[in-house]
Order: sequence, then C-alpha cells, then structure tokens
Amino acid sequence: MKENVAISVKEAGMRFNLNQEHVDNLKEYFIKILKRDLKYNEFWALKDVSFEVKKGERLGVLGLNGSGKSTLLKVVSGVLKPSTGKVQTRGVVAPLLELGAGFSPQYTGRENIYLYGAVLGYNKSFLDDKFDEIVDFSGLGEFIEVPVKNYSSGMKSRLGFSIATIVEPDILILDEVLSVGDKKFRSKCEKKIMSMFDRGVTVLFVSHSLEQVQRLCDKAIILDSGRLVAHGPVEKVARVYKSMTG
Amino acid sequence: MDIKKYIRNFMDYKYLLFELVKKNIKLKYRRSYLGILWTLVEPLLNMFVLTIVFGTLFGRDDRTFPVFILSGRLLFSFFSSSTKAGLKAISGNAAMIKKVYVPKYIYVVSAIISNFITFLISLIVLVGVGAVLKVKPTIYLLQAVIPIIVLLVMSVGIGLLLATLDVFFRDIEYIWSVATTLIMYASAIFYSTDRVANTGNAWIFDINPVYMCIANFRNAVLYGQPMNMVYFARSSVIALVLLVAGIIMFYKNQDKFILHV
Repeated sequence: MKENVAISVKEAGMRFNLNQEHVDNLKEYFIKILKRDLKYNEFWALKDVSFEVKKGERLGVLGLNGSGKSTLLKVVSGVLKPSTGKVQTRGVVAPLLELGAGFSPQYTGRENIYLYGAVLGYNKSFLDDKFDEIVDFSGLGEFIEVPVKNYSSGMKSRLGFSIATIVEPDILILDEVLSVGDKKFRSKCEKKIMSMFDRGVTVLFVSHSLEQVQRLCDKAIILDSGRLVAHGPVEKVARVYKSMTG
Repeated sequence: MDIKKYIRNFMDYKYLLFELVKKNIKLKYRRSYLGILWTLVEPLLNMFVLTIVFGTLFGRDDRTFPVFILSGRLLFSFFSSSTKAGLKAISGNAAMIKKVYVPKYIYVVSAIISNFITFLISLIVLVGVGAVLKVKPTIYLLQAVIPIIVLLVMSVGIGLLLATLDVFFRDIEYIWSVATTLIMYASAIFYSTDRVANTGNAWIFDINPVYMCIANFRNAVLYGQPMNMVYFARSSVIALVLLVAGIIMFYKNQDKFILHV
C-alpha cells in the first residue's frame, strides 16, 4: 500500500449464507447432513468493491437501504473479514458507530471509561490523563459514578462519543451518529469532528443525507446492491446520486 | 502465520485483557452481600458438607480428610468454572463482537484467567484448613505449582475449543455440563482411589488428566511426596494437545463467528 494511502479496498466481497431454517444445534445439523439437506442461499452484500482513500481525504458513502454501506464500514473497521479481496488500513481506525456497544451495564460510567477505552485500544496512563476531559465533554458530571444501566440512551451515546473521540485517530468512520443528543451536544460533536477534519484526519462517512455528504466530504462513492457504481469528486457523484434517486 | 503481527496485536490489547479480567472479578459478586468473600466461604461450606457426608457418615475418621476433599474440590471447581466461562465467552459477547474489532481470543482467555485468580484466592481456605488440621508442609509443597499450571493450560485449550463449538452449536453447553459431572465423579475428589482399586475400574484414573493434576497437587500439599512423574507427563501431553487443538480450531473459525452469533 502506497505511503499516502490511508484505506485500500481491493475487490472486496462479503458473502453471507442465509439458511432457510437456522440450524444451530447438533441434532438438526446431523439430521440435515444425513438427509443431504444442508442448503445455503448465498447473499453477496458486497461484490467486487475497489477504491482507495488517500490520507486526509474525506470520502462519503452513498446508497439506498440494503446497498451494503454498513457492511462496507464493518469490513473497513475490521469487524468483518471480507470473503474475497483485501482491505488494508494505515493507522488507528476509530469507528464512531453504535457508540457504547462496549459498555457493561453493571459497571459505573467511570469504570466503563476504562473498559471501553481499552476496547478501543487505549492504555491506562492515557485514560488517566484524559479522564477529566472525557467526563467534561460528556457533560455527565456526578452521574459518572452511577451504573450505566441507569443511563438514558442519550447519556450512553454522549459518554461513548466522548471516549471514542478523545484521541485523534488517523481514520474516522462515521455514520449518522451525529444526530444524537440535544442541540448543545450535537454542535459540540460537530465542532469536535470539524477540528479533526482541519487536522487532516481521513474520513469515511456514511449517510443518506446528500446535503451532509456534500458539506463534509471532498470525494464520494455510491453503492448499489453491493456494487460500486460511482466514484469521484463529491459534486460529480452527487449529480449521479440525484439522478439515481430521482 | 505472521507471529510478529500476533505478538504486536496482543501488546496493543493487553490492557484490555487486564480490564476484562478485572471486570469479571469485580462484577462476580458485586450485588451480593458478602461479595468477594464468597470465594472463601463457598469452598469452606462445601468442604463441611462433603466431610460430613463422605467422612463422618461413611465412617472415615482420617484427620486430614477435609484437606483431601478441599484440594480435589478447589482444583476441580477451577477446571469446571473456567471451561464453562470460556465456552460462553464468544456467544456471550456477541453484541460487542459485532460492533467493534477486538482480538477474539481475548474474550476466552480473560474468562479463564479471572476464574484462575478467584481460584488462587480460594487457596487461602486450603492454607487455613491445613493449618488447623496440622498438615505439615514439606519441601514438596513447591511442586504444587506444576499441576496447577498443567490444569490452567488444559482449561485454556478446552475453553477455546468449546467457545468455537458453542457459536455453531448452542447445545454444547449442556453436553459439556454432563461431561464435567462425569469427570467430577471420576476424579476421586471425595473418595479415595483405594475404594475403586479392586473393582477393575481403576483405569479411569489413569486416563483422567484432571485426576492426575489433583493427585499430584495432593502429593505436594498433603502427602509431602514427590510428583507422580507418569501422571505429570501424561497430563501435560494431554494439556498441550488440547491447547494446540483449541488454538487451531479457534483460529480457523473465528472469522465466521460474527455470522452465527
């Protein structure tokens, strides 16, 4: 992968096996093998997708529901391993998706900061240093000592966002997570993300909102039923998208 | 298999391993009154019950019988709870696995290590009971470390195997539960092997690696004897084979976990 490339996706494909009836115990499995009844329907969520994102570029990912956008994000962030092709990334990848997925409900906010921070790859001394900053940004105050199961979903997202963005990653993966919290928090989030943009963070941004993509990105791609159908400067791709969606 | 890559990956996530172990231990008894004290009280209570049932009621008057029972029970408890926790480690963390990337073996290893730590804490009970019953420590006490390590390695291997199987076949949990019950009865925890020697079934002890670890642990702690080298060799080989098998099976299937979990 060339020096200045942050994300490289080469002929990536993601195949899911859809069972008619989900076989998940031994008895059914053996019966089906004996009856030679083990059928799988193949579903390719991504097929032959190739593109590159250079360092500092901001790529928007457009597409209708079911076009493979979330699958693409999961493949780039390492959650899914592509069935075919190769995905490479350079640097620390911070997926700001479904924040707070790593939270443990019985644990307090404070304890979860360390746990979730560890999940994201931070170490203890770093978290000690940044602890106050994280709590400040989240606006949770003394609720930080309360078990997370008692938080509202907004509080969980705010805490998750604060922990995830405390470090400036090399690659930021965003979906419509920016629409969480009240107006004050949302503008705090946008400011934080914008400051990361100014520092040349590479961004992968998934959205339905063409307007947001045009505002925040310089390049874009369109996915349709798992295939890459457009790739280029955001204005050009925006026109293609508009014509596709009428 | 690029070994350097795996080592580097582990270094990146070793703090997570620490945090997961810490969480398992902290939360184990968080909402109970006695909390972590249960790690000490539970084996003690168990020992009383077993001593009364298999000791007094069965007519044994061996002064150190409680230590005999406790040493077997503590090791077996570790084996059974750590393998059970390892089994659930992947399917139980499904939500996290589907959202964020973390080396998956860390879930299994953290489950087993947290059980190992509570096991080490419970050994305090053994020391206490041993002191009360005037069991004399000998130099062979130091050997106790060896069967413990063999058991740990075996548990990790089995944990990885079971965790992999559990993702694809949810009934492994019940099968393993029956298997551990069988192993428990075959490990001479609350009876001595002499009772079985004449029935022609003593071969069971010669193939049960958990018993072999217990026997060597008792040699070190209770009898003040050197280790049974045959048992040590056999149990270590079994433990290593299981570890390698576990690693291979886990590694080969881990990319499919997310699709089934």
